[in-house]
Amino acid sequence: MNQEKSSLTVEKLKTGIEGFDLISNGGLSKGRTTLVAGTSGSAKTVFSCQFLAAGIEKMDENGVFVTFEESPLDICRNMSGFGWGIADWEGQGKWAFVDASPDPDIETIEAGGYDMGALLARVEYAVNKVKAKRLVFDSLGAIFDRFSDRTIVRGELFRITASLKKMGVTAIMTAERAEEYGDIARFRVEEFVADNVVIMRNVLEASKRRRTIEILKFRGAYHQKGEYPFTIMPDEGVIIIPLSAMELVHSSSTIRITSGNKELDNICNGGFFRDSIILVSGATGTGKTLVATEFIGGGIDAGERCLLLGFEESRGQLFRNADGWGRNFVKMEKEGKLKVYCEYPESASLEDHLIAVKKMIDEFKPDRVAIDSLSALERVATVKGFREFVIGLSAFIKQKEIAGLFTAVTASLMGGTSITEAHISTITDSIILLRYVEMYGEMQRAITVLKMRGSMHDKAIREFNIDGQGLHIGKSFRNVTGILSGVSQQILPEDAGRVEELFK
Amino acid sequence: MNKHLLTLYITGQTSRSEIAIANLRHLCAEELRDEYEIKIIDVLENPQLAEDEKIMATPTLIKELPAPIRRIIGDLSDKEKVLLGLDLRRRK
Repeated sequence: MNQEKSSLTVEKLKTGIEGFDLISNGGLSKGRTTLVAGTSGSAKTVFSCQFLAAGIEKMDENGVFVTFEESPLDICRNMSGFGWGIADWEGQGKWAFVDASPDPDIETIEAGGYDMGALLARVEYAVNKVKAKRLVFDSLGAIFDRFSDRTIVRGELFRITASLKKMGVTAIMTAERAEEYGDIARFRVEEFVADNVVIMRNVLEASKRRRTIEILKFRGAYHQKGEYPFTIMPDEGVIIIPLSAMELVHSSSTIRITSGNKELDNICNGGFFRDSIILVSGATGTGKTLVATEFIGGGIDAGERCLLLGFEESRGQLFRNADGWGRNFVKMEKEGKLKVYCEYPESASLEDHLIAVKKMIDEFKPDRVAIDSLSALERVATVKGFREFVIGLSAFIKQKEIAGLFTAVTASLMGGTSITEAHISTITDSIILLRYVEMYGEMQRAITVLKMRGSMHDKAIREFNIDGQGLHIGKSFRNVTGILSGVSQQILPEDAGRVEELFK
Repeated sequence: MNKHLLTLYITGQTSRSEIAIANLRHLCAEELRDEYEIKIIDVLENPQLAEDEKIMATPTLIKELPAPIRRIIGDLSDKEKVLLGLDLRRRK
């Protein structure tokens, strides 16, 4: 039994690639070969280069790159944008190329039996030369294309993998796939090459590109399952966004913080929790931006650092709005307490936005973050991509133990829910609804705290109005029903009283 | 006739290497008389040379001279193909 157990825990080699070590529960299987399969343009080469670069930069582990497609010069050039000084590393004896890229000028004729003895000898020579711990084969399909006898190539690749194991290097071999969801790789290389398979995808979904990485199998080792979105950033390379792999370790705070509005604090039983996520949902013009502004203002008044992310309005508009409600954002920013970041949702992919936001939070170290509005970001993503973004962002904010307030726009003016709510409602700790109510031929506004995890709160639907000082919450709509559904109806005071008696 | 300069890359003293060497010697004696020079390189002893020449498969025969440079991989048992590769036969 014990033996079985120990064989199940294959030692891992930390790759140093952000996110990958997390989803792979510690990295690639040490001393083994992992197949990285993907369609053309799925960033296999970037990922493999990063595997070697991270080894050199972070772990002091040298690498060998065996290239069958691009020439070493092209690789150095293409990867320089990620800040990897491959040519320098080559000079320092940290990186070695085995150049098996095709030479178009040389014609090769096959006349009789052959093997890949020379290639293997070169690989062994390069590994010994730089004392490599890591190795990349890019790509297997290219070898098959160069030789007519596939049986020989298969046999030889098998031999090469076996000798890599003997040399103790942890290797990545890349392979092409014909389609995103189909055979693992061309020539069925996965069958004889590797116990470990990673698939990189670049899927076109509703005319948007979405990159994902999936660990299909790690023989004898645990890993996270399913597809994880990733993005490619200049100066960094592949960044994998672990979503469900994030541990729910965030402790829960019982410290209350102000919402920036006394009356709102009151109906929330004293304010929001320190590390909670609050969703403010309402139709356009109901006052969501105001709630976000007060949330920021309240934080600054309490001496906290605040980050406001605007995806709907420009900086100018946000500042003018705040000014109109008696909050001076210009002064707050000058004092270094506030950072306002405005960006059009369309300016980048959702993955890139997420990374930008995370980076900003890491750098600015705010105590609270407001996003106005989250639903604007829905425009640039698929439903799946948006859900992953919301989960990823919320988890990150919770991990940092800061307060987050997101606004979401409902599609219809009266009642209704937003798509954002559907994805986020279980993640958020508090939900505040802002609604229009039609009463006696007049539009009034209503506010209610729909949920507040771990706390009592006012269950009433209250009217509120907005003036130059901000938001003012008034009495509850005692004799109106159907506000949340958008079909409000007057009821007689006697009926209201009777219902109240029933629930006493 | 121009002098032929031929380099044969092999991996160790295997039977395949020996077949290739024998095939090459035999063929040269038959077809090129004295107008040739053969160099044999064992990639296990000279991996850097194999790297410089980007040799993948062994045995590999390189016809360095006369131009153009040509590569023939395999143990050279397919004589017709070898002659074709060395430009000693016209292509059909």
